[in-house]
Amino acid sequence: MTVYVLCFALFLVGVYGVLTKRDLIKIILSTGIMGYSANLFLILFAYKKGAVYPILSKGEEIKAMVDPLPQALVLTSIVIELGITAMLVALAIKLYEKYKTFDITKIRRLSG
Amino acid sequence: MILPFFVIIPLLAAFLITLISGKKDNWAIILSILAELSVLVLAVFCYFFKLDDVFVYSMSGWKIPYTICLVQDALSCFMLIVVSTIALVSLIFSVTYIRHLVTSWRYYALFMLLVTGMNGVIVTGDLFNLFVFMEIALFSAYALVSYGRKAEEFEAAFKYAIMGSVSSSLILVGIAITYSYTSSLTMATIAETLKTKPVEVTYWLGGLFLAGFGLKAAMVPFHAWLPDAHSSAPAPISSMLSGVLIKSLGVYTIVRLFFNVFGAPALFGTLLLVFGTLSIIVASFLAIGQWDIKRLLAYSSISQIGFILVGFGVGNFLGILGAIFHLLSHAIFKSLLFYNTGAVEMALGTRDMRQMGDLRKALPVTSFTSMVGSLAIMGMPPFNGFFSKLFIIMALIKAKLYFVAFLVVGGSILTIAYFVKFQRYGFRGDRVIEKDMVKEPISFGMKFSMGFLAVLCLLTSVMLIPGIREAVIDPVINVIANKTGYIQSVLSGR
Repeated sequence: MTVYVLCFALFLVGVYGVLTKRDLIKIILSTGIMGYSANLFLILFAYKKGAVYPILSKGEEIKAMVDPLPQALVLTSIVIELGITAMLVALAIKLYEKYKTFDITKIRRLSG
Repeated sequence: MILPFFVIIPLLAAFLITLISGKKDNWAIILSILAELSVLVLAVFCYFFKLDDVFVYSMSGWKIPYTICLVQDALSCFMLIVVSTIALVSLIFSVTYIRHLVTSWRYYALFMLLVTGMNGVIVTGDLFNLFVFMEIALFSAYALVSYGRKAEEFEAAFKYAIMGSVSSSLILVGIAITYSYTSSLTMATIAETLKTKPVEVTYWLGGLFLAGFGLKAAMVPFHAWLPDAHSSAPAPISSMLSGVLIKSLGVYTIVRLFFNVFGAPALFGTLLLVFGTLSIIVASFLAIGQWDIKRLLAYSSISQIGFILVGFGVGNFLGILGAIFHLLSHAIFKSLLFYNTGAVEMALGTRDMRQMGDLRKALPVTSFTSMVGSLAIMGMPPFNGFFSKLFIIMALIKAKLYFVAFLVVGGSILTIAYFVKFQRYGFRGDRVIEKDMVKEPISFGMKFSMGFLAVLCLLTSVMLIPGIREAVIDPVINVIANKTGYIQSVLSGR
């Protein structure tokens, strides 16, 4: 149970970062932390204590196996997050070119 | 097996465009319009010939709890038709408009990826697959919002991308918890398992999904990204985002999950009513204060999404009918109005209403179609907007929710207020703009797409004539109202 609470705390760290940080790069890192904790949730749900990977081989008896599906899901979602992070960093570089700052509070030509 | 082609055709087109086009964009235009046309033809075919049936396509031949399945029923066919119509007309509009910005095939490749994502979200029957397709659509949306390469566009795209990845994380956590609780990712089996479990679990899951998809649908507490992103994008992309993206990623998924998977507990109906009413009122007041025409339209999108959510929140037959019809009619007239702003921006080089004036002489087609679009969104009788708002208000009165009905009527009066402002200052102002003040002429393709949608604003009202309505809209309503029907029809089709 503790481990789930810690994982949720990691998610909240990400939310806190997105809400309070002013630096573009720190905001990007915070969204990354949120994504990691979501992935960690998936892996934790599949975890069983003392279980082994679900590959069957002859002459071996397996009592408990971890659930392999969330691991496949996490691989997919890591790839998606890589893409999104690359996109965000590219946008941050372009924003720096245009505004000469990484401070989100100074990047506000849009308003209303 | 038509079903996988809704994803395959645009995806293939996107890759072919990147392969075969050189510096010019001719091949990209031809390929993307062909692909979108074939998707539209397939969607219409599915809609009219196989309407009452449910088709399930299991990928790589696995059986249902293990496979990724694609599901085609009346609701998804309806959404596919809306998406592909707007996408096709937007492509025709884009040809000259995008050449006026930056000539590149990249636009069309990204556009096709956007369509792939939306079609995928609509046809999929698997929760994680929905997440993947949603990310495809959002990823290309971020790129397309920043397509014009101006400072404001990068700013809007960055805000949009941050909000999008926050909401995607929420949805992923929701999917993880759903999976750990029901041991399945297929929506139908999830629904079957959840029926036997206590309803409080559904509340927790629903809260996560409502926050996640509500961000995509821009309900009012989660709306802050929409005016920036939708007003900064190029006009055809604004029309795609406002017209169909927030509906397929936000409203459609909310309806699919809350009605077909969670079985529409009364709490979520109330929540949709509350958020919907909030969206209508708050966004209408914000829209009145805007002078940038695209920003005004973006705020109006939030408020019109509120009408749709209220319709689904009431949950009786009339409410769902009104919401479904408003979804269709909002896609049509909001796209039309965004094309108008694109044409004005191209012709005059401004989006500020104070610098516009009487455009009736200079841009006759644009100002006439903008009048049609405004009348439709205001809810004037022969146009489609009138009927959808009428049905939603009638449904509220029938459900004895008089206070909400009062607020919704107030919201539609506010809609009239800000569209009168839009017309009075933007298109029928005091300063007469002559023909020689126009910088770039409006091409035939742009005029055609505006005229076509203006005609559709009138023609779609025909769908409500008794007799036609039973054949065309009632199957869609049945899918939503008959909550458990989805489970049986998907599981029996395995």
